[in-house]
Amino acid sequence: MATAKGKGAVVATPKRAARKIRILVGKPGLDGHDRGAKIIARALRDAGVEVIYTGLHQTPEMIVSAAAQEDVDGIGLSILSGAHNYLFPRIIQLLREKKMDDVVLFGGGIIPDDDIPKLVKKGVDRVFTPGTTIQEIVDYVNERIRPRQ
Amino acid sequence: MYDRKKLAGVAANRKRWQDGELATTIRKSPPRLERFSTVSDEEIGLLYTPDPLSNLDYEEDLGYPGQYPYTRGVQPTMYRGRLWTMRQFAGFGSAEDTNARFKFLLAQGQTGLSTAFHFPTLMGYDSDSPRARGEVGMCGVAVDSLKDMEILFDGIPLDKVTTSMTINGPAAMVFAMYLAVAEKQGVPFHKVGGTIQNDILKEYIAQHAWIFPPEPSMRIITDILAYCADNVPRWNTISISGYHIREAGSTAVQELAFTIADGIAYVQAGIDAGIPVDKFAPRLSYFFNAHMDFFEEIAKYRAARRMWARIMRERFHAKDDNSWKLRFHTQTAGCTLTAQQPMNNVVRVALQALSGVLGGTQSLHTNSMDETLALPTEQAVTVALRTQQIIAEESGVANTIDPLGGSFFVEQLTNEMEEKAMEYIRKIDEMGGMVAAIKQGYPQREVADAAFHFQRLVDAGKKRIVGLNAYRSQEETPIPLLKIDDRVEKRQVARTKEVRRKRDAKKARACLSALREGSLAPNVNLMPLLVDASRAYVTLGEMCDTLRETLGVYADPAMF
Repeated sequence: MATAKGKGAVVATPKRAARKIRILVGKPGLDGHDRGAKIIARALRDAGVEVIYTGLHQTPEMIVSAAAQEDVDGIGLSILSGAHNYLFPRIIQLLREKKMDDVVLFGGGIIPDDDIPKLVKKGVDRVFTPGTTIQEIVDYVNERIRPRQ
Repeated sequence: MYDRKKLAGVAANRKRWQDGELATTIRKSPPRLERFSTVSDEEIGLLYTPDPLSNLDYEEDLGYPGQYPYTRGVQPTMYRGRLWTMRQFAGFGSAEDTNARFKFLLAQGQTGLSTAFHFPTLMGYDSDSPRARGEVGMCGVAVDSLKDMEILFDGIPLDKVTTSMTINGPAAMVFAMYLAVAEKQGVPFHKVGGTIQNDILKEYIAQHAWIFPPEPSMRIITDILAYCADNVPRWNTISISGYHIREAGSTAVQELAFTIADGIAYVQAGIDAGIPVDKFAPRLSYFFNAHMDFFEEIAKYRAARRMWARIMRERFHAKDDNSWKLRFHTQTAGCTLTAQQPMNNVVRVALQALSGVLGGTQSLHTNSMDETLALPTEQAVTVALRTQQIIAEESGVANTIDPLGGSFFVEQLTNEMEEKAMEYIRKIDEMGGMVAAIKQGYPQREVADAAFHFQRLVDAGKKRIVGLNAYRSQEETPIPLLKIDDRVEKRQVARTKEVRRKRDAKKARACLSALREGSLAPNVNLMPLLVDASRAYVTLGEMCDTLRETLGVYADPAMF
């Protein structure tokens, strides 16, 4: 939302209540570790974000189709299986194919530092590593992701 | 246990001390925390004295090691007879990679094997399934068919080494393959010893590697109970696991309560299937987490033994004392390790392992310092194993049995742990047992609530974790990490395709159709059919796909 600047300008106020940020929290792959995903889903919901949680054992196709159906602004993936180097790029590829490049993709889990720059280069907006607080993720979502109007 | 008159005196003197000297000191220098609590956020008192233990009866509540109710231990000599089994959970890459790691660990003085399978195996998919892409060999070893099992246990005599296998959804299939390997080595089934985890109820609660819905899963489990009672008497048929419930964020009480409630459900299912309780109960074992709160954990293990003994004798009327004994494996808590300053994890693991030993564990896995980052390197796993050996050989704690028994604090904590866990069990009974409770999402919700509560405490700095929200370092010392060769997937896929090409196709088809028919007839035991299928090199994915069609699949209710 741009704010008008300069002499004589009035500060714009939103004409209608802004749509809430919509985030899909996803668990791609076969790993069953959902402690982190559930904590993040709850914390985002408590912070006023609309959260759709996919549940476990999702294929990349299932995640992208849920994201399209739910018209989300961002996708947060939790991967603790070591398959991140396959799953993130595959989901990015599917998002591009569906012309959903504007959906912000972020994630976390057991992801070695060495892999992070490669994932970011491929289009992952942000990778959170173990030890990240709930607030850091809530702040990131609020600052980085804008709801579509 | 104590003279009541003297206890009354203790209570009076304690009150005087509290109101006098203690109160004065607190006024001058207040405690450093508002509230002292365990890692499960149970409040802990300043001092424990004997007066609240007036009802504790030594003979009835504690007794002697190897005797009911086993609070002090399940064997009369405990670690003076034989140390606990040092059993490191291992598996990565191909069967060849893991076979080499097994041999390395045995050469370092490890005394039992424990197999970690990769996710496709845990979920009942072959490595060439589209569901397996990117996951082959990543989190464990890839096992698709008997061929992989032959390589995995090559050169390891299965009549001498016991193997534990963490497998649940497809436990029956992997166990059948293990038996087929033993047969190929010339080891008769009655000499094969080991454990399959085979605890499907905690999969629904916490670990989530399921295939079928609860009812058909319970049928397969009772098939295994009956089959082993007759054919593989040295096999531990279910390792009833609190470990994963705790890792998913439960409290110590919840871990204890939900695990014992799972155990109750299995015993009831076995009895309902017509197997006499004393025929299968002695081969049930337990698996607990060793979390960070030292005394809370020790109390948990002691309470678990006493609870199980009472439940088996009083609720299920088991007569064989082996049915009353809660034998357990322990693993240190993976979720307590930090990615920050990872070498500190060695210290965490040592403390947790010590609690397992002081709690009387039968076997132990110590985590490696690098496990928040990757599967362990050889060097890291060696330090973890040496930690156990130092506790066993140098610390002196294995010299006597239950050294903390009689501690005012530990006995009160043990009592409280039992009372609170029994409250949960009564609630689950009222819901109609654990299967019904799971269907209502009850334990899942309790665990998620506890996990969220703990994370909030950490984020608020109310629970301090060194390197994470306290004593942070600017510079981290990197440690070497294990990398899985990405060619593993290609090679594994090729091998499985070759197995399918080379086997007797007619025989494989016949085995699968027998399995399909058997699964539709509730009175047929599926184990012999699965052993036949394994012998014929039918793959795990093929067996599971066949049963998915007849038994159905379970999907995550996705609550948060």
